[in-house]
Amino acid sequence: MNGFAQALGDGAVVAKRNLIKIKRVPDLLVFSTLSPIMFVLLFAYVFGSAIEVPGVDYREFLMAGIFSQTVLFGATITGSGLAEDIQKGVIDRFRSLPMARSAVLVGRTTSDLVNNALVIVVMSLTGLVVGWRIHSSVWEALAGFGLLLLFAYAFSWGMAIVGLVVRSPEVFNNASFIAIFPLTFVANTFVGTANLPGVLKTVAEWNPVSAVTQAARELFGNTNPAVPPPDAWPLRHSVLASLLWIAVFLVVFVPLAIRQYRRAVSR
Amino acid sequence: MADAIVAEGLVKRYGSVVALDGLDLVVPEGTITGLLGPNGAGKTTAVRVFTTLLQQDAGRATVAGLDVVTDATALRGRIGLSGQYAAVDENLTGFENLDMVGRLYHLGKKRSRERSRELLERFDLVEAADRPTKGYSGGMRRRLDLAAALVAEPSVLFLDEPTTGLDPRSRLGMWDVIAELVAGGTTLLLTTQYLEEADRLADQIAVIDRGRVIAEGTADQLKDQVGGERLELSVGSARDVATAGSALARLAIGEIVVDDRGHRLTVPVTGGAPVLVEAIRLLDGEGVKVLDVGLRRPTLDDVFLALTGHGAEESTTGGSAG
Repeated sequence: MNGFAQALGDGAVVAKRNLIKIKRVPDLLVFSTLSPIMFVLLFAYVFGSAIEVPGVDYREFLMAGIFSQTVLFGATITGSGLAEDIQKGVIDRFRSLPMARSAVLVGRTTSDLVNNALVIVVMSLTGLVVGWRIHSSVWEALAGFGLLLLFAYAFSWGMAIVGLVVRSPEVFNNASFIAIFPLTFVANTFVGTANLPGVLKTVAEWNPVSAVTQAARELFGNTNPAVPPPDAWPLRHSVLASLLWIAVFLVVFVPLAIRQYRRAVSR
Repeated sequence: MADAIVAEGLVKRYGSVVALDGLDLVVPEGTITGLLGPNGAGKTTAVRVFTTLLQQDAGRATVAGLDVVTDATALRGRIGLSGQYAAVDENLTGFENLDMVGRLYHLGKKRSRERSRELLERFDLVEAADRPTKGYSGGMRRRLDLAAALVAEPSVLFLDEPTTGLDPRSRLGMWDVIAELVAGGTTLLLTTQYLEEADRLADQIAVIDRGRVIAEGTADQLKDQVGGERLELSVGSARDVATAGSALARLAIGEIVVDDRGHRLTVPVTGGAPVLVEAIRLLDGEGVKVLDVGLRRPTLDDVFLALTGHGAEESTTGGSAG
């Protein structure tokens, strides 16, 4: 077996191990889906009645934003899962085995991708219930979901680095919460960027989360063609910008995460 | 006979803390070596270097003839590690845990399954095999963790404090399992802070303190090294302790250890039974009320105390964890 095939095989073994956890502890999936459902309902009914987005129904506008936020939170499981594995000595065992150095990370990010996909299915159904509709073709819609998941996948490699550095699930959860809230709120997720004050507007327009949200919105047909996107390059070319962000994340995070894994050791 | 583990001058620092300070060690093939030392002595750090989890800052080490740094990948296929805390996945069943490890050793699907069933049988876990390990007792988890270390039939096995945290009964069970296992010819390096454990399991003991091996040999050799016997007595009062101490100073061949609160004294002596008679005569002459007195061979605890100036189960100052 050559190195690459072996690395994939090892990754699959680890991914399977993580997925068994979803099966054995279904509460995890239940709770990771309940919070986005709650978000959908709160924003749709509470803010939805107060927030006006020019040219589109707020609930339609909202869904892509909530999808982005949710898959990013889903990606943080990668970090807390690895931190937990370090704490319990599982990583020590893995590192003493003749398996590929990338396998634990590949397996972890892959199982979290599956988890995210399940969450997206549940959320989409909730969205449909509150009046969200896809106005584009099936292919475009699938591309939208694919882009969201790919973005979360690339992001989870960054979370892997943090999890391996902090080595404690509790610390990781607090740290990631602090990081993800601004990342997903200083963006076009829940409101348009047009009315944001100066610097915040620029940050929001160049925030990778905004590009992905804008891209998903367009691919789902939840934008009004009569209202052009804000005059910022990443939002005008949102699909391309999203793909670029994904590539940058992968190129930077994957090697750093593997490097950190090689040194990770429990204390 | 070849040497399964050879370490020369291993040094590992964590910032200003020196975990390994020039550790030298030789473990012949097919033997059980006990690495004995207090918390923070560097035992776990040494095991982590041997199992490629950590890289040393200086010195070199080979395991099964392979360098721990340059041949790390090949080496991982030849060793088994069972750590301080049982590193089993609590959401997986016993079988799933072992099968996962087997697959990661690249045993192949069929062989991995067979081997997992075989080990579950051997470690008396057949009934629990298909239950998530969350419900296992501490002793069962340790046995499963040990089984996981054996999946690929490693030529060198590392057990890092295999019984720490177990109740006495599970500890005895673990000892039986380990003793049986090594009867099969596996080379084993075992770390422990329990003298009794090293005494019972190991062919060879290396006493480690502050990152260095300070003595080596069989349990008997180490005890002989300290020499003589120990006269232990308990007396009626604190004043008697002081009187007895000065009365027996003449017989002592080393430092008298005094436990003021328990009114007990331990006197290193040599010469056997006549010394005991002499001691009692001296104490009687001083009017000391002796509650209990006896002569015994030194224990490893005495060895440790003599070598390091502190007991084995208390931690050294300034050492890192493990």
